[in-house]
Amino acid sequence: MERNQLQRQAAYMRNTLFDQGYLDEQFLQLEDLQDEANPKFVEEVVKLFYTDSARLIRSIELTLENTPWDFEKLDKIMHQFKGSSSSIGAKKVKKECTQFQEYCKVGNVEGCMRTFQEVKQEHAALKRKLENYFQLAREAR
Amino acid sequence: MDLGVKSQPFTSSNASWKSGDVVPGQFPAGLKVLVVDDDPTCLRILEKMLKNCLYEVTTCNRAEVALDFLRDNKNGCDIVISDVHMPDMDGFKLLEHIGLLMDLPVIMMSADDSKHVVMKGVTHGACDYLIKPVRIEALKNIWQHVVRKKKHEWKDKDVEHSGSVEEGERQQKFPEDVDCSSSINEGNWKNSKRRKDEEDEVDDRDDTSTLKKPRVVWSVELHQQFVTAVNQLGIDKAVPKKILELMNVPGLTRENVASHLQKYRLYLRRLSGVSQHQNGLANSFMGPSDPSFGPMSSLSGVDLQALAASGQLPAQSLASIQAAALGRPTSKSAVPLPLVDQRNVFNFENPKLRFIEGQQQQSDSSKQVNLLHGIPTNMDSKQLATLHQSTLGNMNMHVHSQTSQSNSLLMQMVQPQSRTQLLNEINGSHVSNIPSSVGQPVLSRAIPSAVLGRNGIENIHGPQYTSLSQPSTSADYSSQSTEFSGNTFPLASSSGMSRGLLPNYDALNVNQNGNQDWRLQNVGSTFGPPHHSNIQGGLDVSRSVLIQQPVSSSQKGGQSRIPSANKAAFSLAEGFTSIPNVGQQLNFSASDKSLRSKAERLHETGFQNGLFSERYGQEDLMSALFKQQQEGLGAVESEFGFDGYHLDNLPV
Repeated sequence: MERNQLQRQAAYMRNTLFDQGYLDEQFLQLEDLQDEANPKFVEEVVKLFYTDSARLIRSIELTLENTPWDFEKLDKIMHQFKGSSSSIGAKKVKKECTQFQEYCKVGNVEGCMRTFQEVKQEHAALKRKLENYFQLAREAR
Repeated sequence: MDLGVKSQPFTSSNASWKSGDVVPGQFPAGLKVLVVDDDPTCLRILEKMLKNCLYEVTTCNRAEVALDFLRDNKNGCDIVISDVHMPDMDGFKLLEHIGLLMDLPVIMMSADDSKHVVMKGVTHGACDYLIKPVRIEALKNIWQHVVRKKKHEWKDKDVEHSGSVEEGERQQKFPEDVDCSSSINEGNWKNSKRRKDEEDEVDDRDDTSTLKKPRVVWSVELHQQFVTAVNQLGIDKAVPKKILELMNVPGLTRENVASHLQKYRLYLRRLSGVSQHQNGLANSFMGPSDPSFGPMSSLSGVDLQALAASGQLPAQSLASIQAAALGRPTSKSAVPLPLVDQRNVFNFENPKLRFIEGQQQQSDSSKQVNLLHGIPTNMDSKQLATLHQSTLGNMNMHVHSQTSQSNSLLMQMVQPQSRTQLLNEINGSHVSNIPSSVGQPVLSRAIPSAVLGRNGIENIHGPQYTSLSQPSTSADYSSQSTEFSGNTFPLASSSGMSRGLLPNYDALNVNQNGNQDWRLQNVGSTFGPPHHSNIQGGLDVSRSVLIQQPVSSSQKGGQSRIPSANKAAFSLAEGFTSIPNVGQQLNFSASDKSLRSKAERLHETGFQNGLFSERYGQEDLMSALFKQQQEGLGAVESEFGFDGYHLDNLPV
């Protein structure tokens, strides 16, 4: 019973993530890949993403420390980050990445800085939510 | 792979899946896919998706590692999926290397869906382009690229085996076959089936002869020796027996050499064809910065001069020359064309890359280049003349095979020859002042860039491209005025165009051991005209143009690209001419208009003999090439004695 309740809670949390725009259909693709042979596939991929994306964020921060900014490099790193985020369905993160790239293209320093903060925030927020979700899903199994 | 088989595409006929690879009846299960992406998340996801599609997956996060894997495991891969933006190597460069190395279908992918990047994929010869995030549905059908490629290879082989008499017919048939609605594979299947039946016979014959021989692995060194030998003999005169003697490799048989030669020719053809449409190709042609190209450049210089002088040649004569050239399929031209491409390809990414080894050994590439250069120089004017005549048709075929990059190398080789040829011809006809000894740099410079651009494009469009086409192009150019570069293109373009027509498709893959490992064999083979729904359509089309058969496919793509033809022409011209200066001097802007009109004109004339049914393909290719050209021009060096192209100088 408790398990059922947990399952329902997990399902509810998951749906919220979609409804609130944190995740898009690409996440569904990941879920579809999960099977008995890979029961924790989604969680593993998300973990992988967060490890790798942390590296990219650091890289951007380092690049931002050097003035004048190398917009091309920033755009490149962000492009990578965006690709990664989109592959797990991180919708809001992806959106901020796109915005950041737009600012990079026009060399808008302030826009970039602002957006980068947004990227980091969304990135962290999603991480928390997904961790909670996976936790719940694990307990509900 | 026996495409001809009704229900089960994969049976173990000569060139099909190795029996161990795919379980008959379960195709495409077991398809070997290599995924290259520096993003671990994407890599992991793709791996899982492909596994779910029942494919055999190998993952790589570095391009170099991927190339090593491919080199070391000839049969280890059927198709490659690669990311565009990677830190250690540009995805397009990897694409080029793979194309040169082993003619495998390559799918590009990226989160970047901007048109120019996708176009780049097309021009570089990718058989498809996926936008990230990739869905499993998109991966389920990638097997079609493998099959398509195989199919075209067979067709090529078929053509070769059928003999020159039928070549023309066949070629004309090919386009039709290929034309079968891109989206309707069944149609293609049927065609391929028929063809396959024919080919099977031939293949069987080959198989019989090579059955007992152990498979030869054409390592880079071995191939280098091979190319050296071919160059020494002259692409026209390079017969397996003599090549074998020159190579002096114990254990190597004439059959091994013969099949490799076929592939090589196909490759060259593809290169020339590819270069025509692709800017990159053009670049590659012109590009090779290796000093080894010196002799070639001198030739090219002369050619340019001749071309410039011959600018007065009426377009018609050009067209007629082309027609003539096309009409006479010969295998001679095969060699010259590819030269240019190869070089170029590498040039703009990695000047010294060898086509076999790719970036790793620059020295090797330069060696290769040298070899290639050698080819043209070996040819005497007579040869050139002959080449000229026949190359148009053949060259296209041979050269195109590979990606544009490889073309550059080949093209370069061809160009010198054609140039001299042109010179001879031109001199005979119109140009009387062409100083044969004009320094290359002089020549190239002399030629107005505009001319180059224009001519190049035009030539490209016309099927006449083959090395021979140069002379013809000069004729064309003459009308233009000087676009020497145009001449060079013809090589590429014509080769591209003629690909379908010339019987020399057979090319590279012909079974080395009688058993085609079609995965690898198609060195020269190019992707068939893929009819992909998305970009691929475009990609395929251009690809197809390059490849021998794809006439139809190119057509598809061609249409849309016509407007950019001019550009492509330019690039092609540049690439082809292999004269760095020429490229630089191209006045793209100026000649755009003329190019366009010319290209169209040529296009028309070029296709007259119906060899290329797809005009569009040409144009598209040309534009694509053109663009590449623009990008890659800068990289060209003065192999030919000209200063390489300098991207900076490109008017583009």
